[in-house]
Parts: sequence; structure tokens; C-alpha cells
Amino acid sequence: MSEREIKSLEDQFEARIANDEKIEPKDWMPEKYRKTHIRQISQHAHSEIVGMLPEGNWITRAPSLRRKVALLAKVQDEGGHGLYLYSACETLGISREELFRQLHTGEAKYSSIFNYPAITWADMGAIGWLVDGAAIINQVALISTSYGPYARAMVRICKEESFHQRQGFEIMMTLANGTPEQKAMAQDALNRWWLPSLMMFGPTDDQSPNTEQSVKWKLKRKTNDELRQAFVDQTVPQANLIGLTFPDPDLKWNEEKKGYDFGKLDWDEFWQVVKGHGPCNKQRISARINAWEEGKWVRDAAMAYAEKQEKANLQEAI
Amino acid sequence: MKNWPLWEVFIRSKNGLEHRHCGSLHASDATMALENARDVYTRRMEGVSIWVVPSSQITASNPEQSGELFDPAKDKAYRHPTFYELPDELKHM
Repeated sequence: MSEREIKSLEDQFEARIANDEKIEPKDWMPEKYRKTHIRQISQHAHSEIVGMLPEGNWITRAPSLRRKVALLAKVQDEGGHGLYLYSACETLGISREELFRQLHTGEAKYSSIFNYPAITWADMGAIGWLVDGAAIINQVALISTSYGPYARAMVRICKEESFHQRQGFEIMMTLANGTPEQKAMAQDALNRWWLPSLMMFGPTDDQSPNTEQSVKWKLKRKTNDELRQAFVDQTVPQANLIGLTFPDPDLKWNEEKKGYDFGKLDWDEFWQVVKGHGPCNKQRISARINAWEEGKWVRDAAMAYAEKQEKANLQEAI
Repeated sequence: MKNWPLWEVFIRSKNGLEHRHCGSLHASDATMALENARDVYTRRMEGVSIWVVPSSQITASNPEQSGELFDPAKDKAYRHPTFYELPDELKHM
């Protein structure tokens, strides 16, 4: 294809997106669109799968059967969400095996929030309420993204996520209304998860170079700072309702902008964690590698069994 | 060892409706594909019936040739009821 032909295809492509048409797997797309989507969708899938780890750790120690079935269902959903997203990503022509390889070697990223440890039961509340709450704000914006398989996965995911946040808030509310020790535990969890949750929206707009292109492709409908503000405005009244406070002396209502002002975030810490120096980066990746390697004999055995059955069926047919 | 093949999953959400494509998954054989489809795509009673089809068995039309492929139907307005002119007095037909 000549450069001029490519340019004309690109123009048609951009026009389709501007016109709110969806792009489907076999449609022509610019190489950069394909690569950016593989990167973002796989990062999203990896986040779901790695996100199972901090919570999975608490399933056997949930304080009641009710809490246990809810947490188990939430972690199962995250596994499911990872699978919807991996399959959406594979429609762009990358294999599952390659996606895992990128995760295991650190080439692909996942949400940094999962590199923080979940050290008390109250963390199950804070993660559901704050981390899933922040994720929902990000994800709702993606329902109308331009790539069809990604948008469809997002619809399912958003539908399922709302119980995640509610079960987390219920845990926090119960603890906050409990003994002084329980309330302190809830407050401690909020203190530790609040700032990392705010950083889930990514760098501030002036530090986010890909925003313009992503807005054009509808990978982003709102900027990082807009989404972060929406999250703060939504969450502060919820904490007030259950009598918890925020570890931020600068947090206060701003009547003029009809939103909350909040303090500067520690972006050095953010980049440290992204680069692999968070409290649990090594542990998370080694858990994933371990699961993949230890599961190899199971995958091989299932495949060997399938092939044997197929041969047997062929024999019978003859 | 070979990787598990890819399967396309179709779910009938309730009797009376058609099976609808909802995504794909990897499984070693059809039985496992059905069971995985149940766990991945129907955790909240979203279906009463599941089809799984090896992705390699699907032949898809090429979007780049959509123009030619769908062209024959383009100029056949007479296949639609609005093509026919009827008197205004005729309310329902």
C-alpha cells in the first residue's frame, strides 16, 4: 500500500470513530490503534487477574459465611472479567500465551494499586469501596469506547462491578459501627488505601502525554483529573455517612467549583511502584508465574485427553 | 505441548430468543468449553442454553469487501412495504 492510500484509509477510519461507529476485529485499523488497544486492554485484563491476589488471600479468613460467599463471588468475577478482556484483546491478533509472557516478564503493566498489601480484614472493605469504586468510574467511561469487543466487555463488567463496591462499603460500615477497635481498623484501612486509590486515575493531565490520541479514539472520554475529581466528590460524603475521615488536611469543599479540593499526591511513590519497587510487586508476579508453571501439567493433561478422545471417536466412526 | 484452542460462545438468554455471541474462551475440548462458558458467561443466570464452536471453524466475510458483498440488496427498495403507494383512507395494511 502506498503512503497516500494508507493516509486515505486512516482518514476514513478516524471519520468512522468520530461518527460513533464501532471498530470490529476484522476491520482495517492503523497499526498504532491496534498496538495501543492491545496495550490498554491487556493491562486492564492483567489488573483483573492480579487484583484477585490481595483479596483471594482473605477468603479463608472471612469473619462469617455471608462475607465469605460474597468475597468468593467477587474474586470469581474478577477472574471472569480478566477472561472477557483477554478474549477481547486476542481479537486484535495477539495470543493468550504472549499476553501472559508479557505479564510475567514485566513488559506489560497492571494497575499499581495491587502492589499494596491487604493486611487486615478492613482492607477487604476499603478495596471494594475505594479501589472498585475508582475502577467503576474509569470503566463506565469506557462503555462507549470505539473498539467493539472492548466496549462489549465493559458493559458486562460494569453491570457486575456494582455489587463489588456495595459489599466493600457494607464491610466498612459494619466495622465503623462496631467496637472502637473495629472502627479504628476501618479508619486505618481508609488511611492506607485513600491516596493509592486517587492515583489509580493516572498522572495529572499535564503529565499525561497520550491523552489527546486516546480521547480521539474514545479510549478516554474524560481526562485523568476529571475522573479523579468525580471520585473524590462521590466518595467524601460516603465516608462522612459512616463517620470516617480522610488522611488529607487539605481536603475541603470548594463552593465555587462545587467540588472538593484535595492535597497534592505523592507521584514519586506512584512511579516507584509502577517501576516495580512497591511493597508487593515481586510477590504478585511470582504468584502469577507460579500459577502458570504449576498449572502446566494440568493444561497438558487436558490437551492429551482431548486428543485421545478425538482419536477414539475417529476409530469408532471407521 | 499444544495450547488449548479458542472457542466462540453463544448464549440463549431465555427460551424464545436466539443464541447470541457473547465472547470466546480457551478449552481443551468441547465439554470443557461448555463448562468454562457456564462459569465465565453465566454466573448470574444469564442463559438457559449454551453453544460453543471452535473459532477456527467460523468463516467470516471480509469487511473490506462488504461493499460488493451487500451490494445486490442495495437497490431493491421494492422489498420494503413503504415502496408501495396506497390511498390515505387505507389505514392498516
